[in-house]
Amino acid sequence: MSAVTPDQLHDDHHHHAPGGLMRWITTTNHKDIGTMYLIFSFIMFLSGGVMALTIRAELFQPGLQIVQPEFFNQLTTMHGLVMVFGAIMPAFVGFANWMLPLMIGASDMAFARMNNWSFWLLPVAAILLIGSFFVPGGATAAGWTLYAPLSVQMGMGMDLTIFAVHIMGISSIMGAINIVVTILNMRAPGMTMMKMPLFCWTWLITAYLLIAVMPVLAGAVTMILTDRHFGTAFFNAAGGGDPVLYQHVFWFFGHPEVYIMILPAFGIVSQIIPTFARKPLFGYASMVYATASIAILSFVVWAHHMFTTGMPAATQLFFMYATMLIAVPTGVKVFNWVATMWRGSMTFETPMLWATGFIFVFTMGGFTGLICAIAPIDIQVQDTYYVVAHFHYVLVAGSLFALFAGAYYWLPKWTGHMYPEGIGKLHFWASIIFFNITFFPMHFLGLAGMPRRIPDYALQFADFNALASIGAFGFGLSQLIFIVAVVKCVRGGKKAAASPWEGAEGLEWTVPSPAPYHTFETPPVVK
Amino acid sequence: MSVLARSAVTMLSAVSASAAWAAQSSINLQTPVTSVAAEIYDMHTLMMVICLVIFVAVFGVMFWSVFHHRKSKGAVAAHFHENTLVEIAWTVVPVLILLGMAYPATKTVIAMKDTSNPDITIKATGYQWKWGYDYIKGEGEGIKFVSNLSTPLDQIKGQAAKGDNYLLEVDNPVVVPVGKKVRLLLTANDVIHAWWVPALGVKQDAIPGFIRDAWFRADKEGVFRGNCAELCGKDHGFMPIEVHVLSAEKYAAWVADQQGKMAATTEDPNKEWALAELVAKGEQVFAANCAACHQADGKGIPPAFPPLDGAAIVQGDKAEQIKVVMEGRAGTAMAAFGKQLSDTDIAAVITYTRNAWSNQTGEAIQPAEIAAAHN
Repeated sequence: MSAVTPDQLHDDHHHHAPGGLMRWITTTNHKDIGTMYLIFSFIMFLSGGVMALTIRAELFQPGLQIVQPEFFNQLTTMHGLVMVFGAIMPAFVGFANWMLPLMIGASDMAFARMNNWSFWLLPVAAILLIGSFFVPGGATAAGWTLYAPLSVQMGMGMDLTIFAVHIMGISSIMGAINIVVTILNMRAPGMTMMKMPLFCWTWLITAYLLIAVMPVLAGAVTMILTDRHFGTAFFNAAGGGDPVLYQHVFWFFGHPEVYIMILPAFGIVSQIIPTFARKPLFGYASMVYATASIAILSFVVWAHHMFTTGMPAATQLFFMYATMLIAVPTGVKVFNWVATMWRGSMTFETPMLWATGFIFVFTMGGFTGLICAIAPIDIQVQDTYYVVAHFHYVLVAGSLFALFAGAYYWLPKWTGHMYPEGIGKLHFWASIIFFNITFFPMHFLGLAGMPRRIPDYALQFADFNALASIGAFGFGLSQLIFIVAVVKCVRGGKKAAASPWEGAEGLEWTVPSPAPYHTFETPPVVK
Repeated sequence: MSVLARSAVTMLSAVSASAAWAAQSSINLQTPVTSVAAEIYDMHTLMMVICLVIFVAVFGVMFWSVFHHRKSKGAVAAHFHENTLVEIAWTVVPVLILLGMAYPATKTVIAMKDTSNPDITIKATGYQWKWGYDYIKGEGEGIKFVSNLSTPLDQIKGQAAKGDNYLLEVDNPVVVPVGKKVRLLLTANDVIHAWWVPALGVKQDAIPGFIRDAWFRADKEGVFRGNCAELCGKDHGFMPIEVHVLSAEKYAAWVADQQGKMAATTEDPNKEWALAELVAKGEQVFAANCAACHQADGKGIPPAFPPLDGAAIVQGDKAEQIKVVMEGRAGTAMAAFGKQLSDTDIAAVITYTRNAWSNQTGEAIQPAEIAAAHN
């Protein structure tokens, strides 16, 4: 840049980026792509939420009132698929796109064009998935786990779901490769692995999990596809197959998938707690090792989802012991967060509220997870509302709460404005109260014997179901507060400083707010 | 802890739950009636107590910190960020606690898997959406029946008041004697189901094409209810399980009664039935086996469950319809009824469909034709 022209002063870049819609379709900028991921995932979150509320409306009282059983099963299935593949996973990829280059001092993601492609596959997959409601026979109703042989019985909605899963899998794998290459090759000078912010570490490990297990899922659903249409019998005993094979393959993907959805959440929380405690993260190295241990263990615990399939005692015991072991590194993480808060100088702005709420409520999900790990107890609670409560405590109070924590934490960096603090706090308190009203009673329902995935139930479950439905509508409506907070923040509000949080550390806070379109074109040097 | 703790927990839950149902806790596991279910109950209570203690300890520390280590209260941040001793301690101590939990769990897993030396063996088969039972060995050998939901449809649709055992009642319950070891063999006809009766501590998937087993020995007489616990399609929520545990004498009487009934209902396969007789019988068979999908009005729920009213296959060549009913349609919910229903039932239900709604073929299919189709 020897000669600075006036034109370059306005836009210090020489490219002629298209405007309007074409900007978003053709963009290779990690910030644009991150924004699109976040908006996409929020739209999917609302779609999945509408399905959840329809389910809760039906379950408000015993009897069939609003939907018929077959449509009810479609709703439970699609609610799971949309939330897992459409909302939670893309939201974390959105955070990775926005924040990883800023955190490691890179100018962009390693494969910018592939990044564009991995995002734009998602709306296509989403259209297939949501569109399957409108084909003859409706969407697949085999549960989000798509267990054979039930999934082999389904109509063409099942085929659309299989293709959607394939496409989302390709998108995830490309995103994961991009993240691995970016983190391993594009760190600023001096940014050694053990100096990286923990969010980078958790995403690096998550990306490896994605690369390892998404092809396994693709294989599982492809076998369903060929069983459905091409005369194979992978899951049909009459042809020499085994229905339980599907479950083994699915959960070999499925359990690491659980950690794919929670490890980046651990990363976000590990950024926020030290900032607002104004104290360095306790046990950084042990956090890294704990994350890696959880990831490795996740490959040898899958059959704890299958304790009722009738495994030999030795197999049950192995998977029970392995699963119980996961409590150790997870415990280490919780202890580390609490030790980080201990003797800090804490303030509770919205991100810190969400992060503290995350630790509290996520740990409850961790405890019920330990109880589910005990094979004999699991045999009583498997496929009941106890399990529904458990995984919503870790997926909603875990992943989703961490996503909100991260969103409020980095919104000033993304928009250049402070979000409205009062509205953010209202969002938090409404969410955590209604969340518990919705899901805490489900523990009781499951223990007392209510199976999951049923549109109607026996009379002794009526009171808690009514309570859960009321909570669910409260929780759903509370999420609209988030839209208000974000819109206000984008449109205006107090100008955010480059580093709006007193205790924040890291390279992302060295660039101005909002972060310029291009950052770290000259890598910073980390001492 | 066992009995004392259990009654304490039950009392606690009875006090705290406003809607205690039929003396059954609505916030805890159901009152166990087998040794395995009792072990599970106690293990769960123990785990809850341990988790609660850890929870209070950890969050006691966290909330103490949240309230005291605040900037607004003048707290100044310390700068420690590691402590090897503490970190080793909070890794090792949980391992020891887990070992303590694993020990009783291991014993129960081994006990649950010991299906040896049963007094009675019963095969349970999951169908979409009902259970079939065959008493294979022991007292009652040879008894077989199908067990359907007996809750009337108008209760489900809200057109009648719901009964006490809404959705947990069946027409033909499983009957077993008290204090005898019952081994269950589980399989399924179409998709995976799961046989679950909480009070007995049994939940076992029923997998098409494979046999799995489980066992229970009920210590108490009574009626115990459960559900299918694995999503199995449209009416997954409507295939309950009802187990009656009877004294040895009452069980013997039930066996004699069942065997007498079975002998009485054995039909003469060569009997020639009149059209009206077949249609009347077929209507009952249709209601019990077909109406869930094809609907009582024969309109079905297209496209998953096709209509029979006006359908080509029902109005056309009867051999084709007999084949579909007996062999099912691969890859759909249409089951092979050839081995589920008697020849007379199949003949009756086919005759019914060919003469119901707008289908008026006037044809009567005789049991002998079905028998011929078997060969």
